[in-house]
Amino acid sequence: MKIRYIDRTRDYYRAQGFKADYAWSTNDETPFTPLTKPLSECTVTFVTTAVVESDIPKPIRTAQHYDFASAPAQFFTEELSWDKVTTHTRDRSSYFPIEVLRSLEEEGVIGNIASRFHFVPTEYSQRLTIDQDAPAIADACTEDEVDIAILIPL
Amino acid sequence: MIGAALDILEQCGTPRVLYNDMPLGNPLGKPFDRSMHEATLRAALVLAAEAVAAGQVVETPYVWDALDEGEAWKKHFMWIDPNDPHKYLQMGEENRSKRLENKAKGLFRS
Repeated sequence: MKIRYIDRTRDYYRAQGFKADYAWSTNDETPFTPLTKPLSECTVTFVTTAVVESDIPKPIRTAQHYDFASAPAQFFTEELSWDKVTTHTRDRSSYFPIEVLRSLEEEGVIGNIASRFHFVPTEYSQRLTIDQDAPAIADACTEDEVDIAILIPL
Repeated sequence: MIGAALDILEQCGTPRVLYNDMPLGNPLGKPFDRSMHEATLRAALVLAAEAVAAGQVVETPYVWDALDEGEAWKKHFMWIDPNDPHKYLQMGEENRSKRLENKAKGLFRS
């Protein structure tokens, strides 16, 4: 049974007395660019929703870029909406698998790891995501000559 | 994207989806199960390299708990207790109140 998250979140917020259901993004087309080089020559990065700078209040978090070397041993995940009854986030690898990525780089599965990874806030406003956060991350990935950006939301 | 909320990913339109049927919070798999994390990441990279069209979904074979055949864990996320509706209305009041407070403090993006 696949969890129907759209129904689940709708019912949860209705139970909280919210009148208007969230209008999920709909797009006529999904962008797609095929990879034109072997995986073994690709530069790879992560985009995560896990928080590095917890002192920035949640409502004003914006896309951020961090050196992989500065990735915290424990990201801040408490304010995110994940299944806190079933599991935990004490193992960074379960949501930010940098050690695995390094071993794949050593093995030659990928070309190299980009210098930076990226944070994207779990933003209610699609306008802010589309107009600000996504372009900021795309620009940073272009700057870092990233071939593959793996989005790994919690 | 490596993710577990497949309906959302399909609704919004995602170029490539590596679907791992795990609880939210652990997209790569069970905590401390390094082999699961590695297999999931490898599969995502292969998908990135080999996908030929938008919207392709590849599903891993993993289950959260092999002993939980009824997948009882899937009931937990945002479960609503039918015997305590007041609890959720209270949460909603706190939520709305916090939003107004943040707005008054200038804690919002524009």
